[in-house]
Amino acid sequence: MGAVPSAKQPMIVIKNLVKQFGRIDAVNGVSLRVEQGKVLVIIGPSGSGKSTVLRCINHLEVPTSGEIWVDGIRLTHNHKDINAIRAEVGMVFQQFNLFPHLTALENIMLAQKVVRKRNRDESERVARRQLERVGIPEKADNYPDQLSGGQQQRVAIARALAMNPKVMLFDEPTSALDPEMIKEVLDVMQELAKEGMTMVVVTHEMGFARNAADEIIFMDKGLIVEQNSPQEFFSDPREERTRAFLNQILR
Amino acid sequence: MAATQSIAKRTSTQSNFVQWLSRLPWWLLFLILAGIILLYQFLTNELYSVILSKLTQGIVTTIFVTLVAFTCAIILGLIAGLGRVSRNRLIFNLATLYVQVIRGLPMLVQIFYVAFVLTPAFFTVLNAIGMALIPVLGETNFMLTSNTQDVTLLARAMIALALAYGGFEAETFRAGIESIGRGQMEAARSLGMSYVQAMRYVILPQAIRRVLPPLGNDFIAMLKDSSLVSVLGVRDITQEARLYVSASFRYPETYNTLAFMYLTMTIILSLGVKWFENRMGKNGRGS
Repeated sequence: MGAVPSAKQPMIVIKNLVKQFGRIDAVNGVSLRVEQGKVLVIIGPSGSGKSTVLRCINHLEVPTSGEIWVDGIRLTHNHKDINAIRAEVGMVFQQFNLFPHLTALENIMLAQKVVRKRNRDESERVARRQLERVGIPEKADNYPDQLSGGQQQRVAIARALAMNPKVMLFDEPTSALDPEMIKEVLDVMQELAKEGMTMVVVTHEMGFARNAADEIIFMDKGLIVEQNSPQEFFSDPREERTRAFLNQILR
Repeated sequence: MAATQSIAKRTSTQSNFVQWLSRLPWWLLFLILAGIILLYQFLTNELYSVILSKLTQGIVTTIFVTLVAFTCAIILGLIAGLGRVSRNRLIFNLATLYVQVIRGLPMLVQIFYVAFVLTPAFFTVLNAIGMALIPVLGETNFMLTSNTQDVTLLARAMIALALAYGGFEAETFRAGIESIGRGQMEAARSLGMSYVQAMRYVILPQAIRRVLPPLGNDFIAMLKDSSLVSVLGVRDITQEARLYVSASFRYPETYNTLAFMYLTMTIILSLGVKWFENRMGKNGRGS
């Protein structure tokens, strides 16, 4: 297990990941690696298994087989390890999943207190700083149902960031948003990428993929079809299947 | 022209008045009227006032039984409810066994069973353990000296009611917990919280808010079912009524009074629950 601190060590390594739901194969043997400070964008049609790959990285889905390494630690079924890794891996969901009984500030403070064991003052200071970072410091005392979708998603990002994660996972973060709110969330994500955060993003936002990604993976039917740099991916994709998909969505 | 208009106006105010009449809570007015008649009886009729003061002697027991048994039932129900949503098969099966047994037995039978089967059985086991531990604890250890009689029938009745309602509350809590979306647990776990932490800080605070109204209704039901303890001779208001009737044969007067007392309490409580529900509906965070 022992984590070896090294600057060159990849942040995420996935080897031959397979995930089946009953008799359905969601992921059919996916291998990838994400270096520190890089942004990987995964795109693909719905049902291609891209969200499942993401959810396996912090063990929200238990892989059927294959290996996952996060920051040099192999994910096993050991609960202690899983909780430790989850604290280092921030996750942002399509449906925000803010805690509705807590204010924005309390949402960001809760895990800091119970997982990171920070005291009240410190977790509040961190929470306010993160709200500042995502651009809505004035919403600290609002409850989630008093916030717009875009604001809720930004609080959710702040909540994950407050744990000082080494990686951020985004599971279709803008898919549940009204069009006019997509930009405010993407801006925050782009800012994060610029600051050097390691990110894995499942999205349909091709603009974001083009601008922020270091690498793009196109998945279909539980397999990686193409892995490419954003420039080549959009201008000169290697695979016929990728071209067909891009034609469909870019029109 | 003007005449027809005024007629139209009058009929509309008339129909408004009829609508207003039909919307009155007639059931409540009827009950209040019956209550007033009974109150008048209590003040003027000596027999009624004697009965009222007799039954009132049991009111403390009724309220005490209800409060204690309900508090224990909530604790039991929460534990069993958490067991019902547990992924640990042993815990799940134990909790389900408890719930199914409780739900499959009449409450009256449960009360007899707890009072006259489980309590003696408990002391038989305890005494046997005490016997085995004589070399360690000596001949006068409490496990040997205690016996069934140490537990009053009042206590046995409350244990029985708590066990019975614990089974119902378990399902209420289970439903409440399951009504909280999967995403809440996932979000909490993704932040590194353990299952227990996620339950405690994220799921339960929301779930409990949702089950408060049904719990309020169950509290009212418990108040009514507390009358069952009278079968063990516990002197709640029902038992006081039965005792008075068996000596005086004043059936209508006694049971009128008994019904009056229960209805007064349950109606006040149910209005309270309704008020609470409305308030929750207005700022129902987590719903």
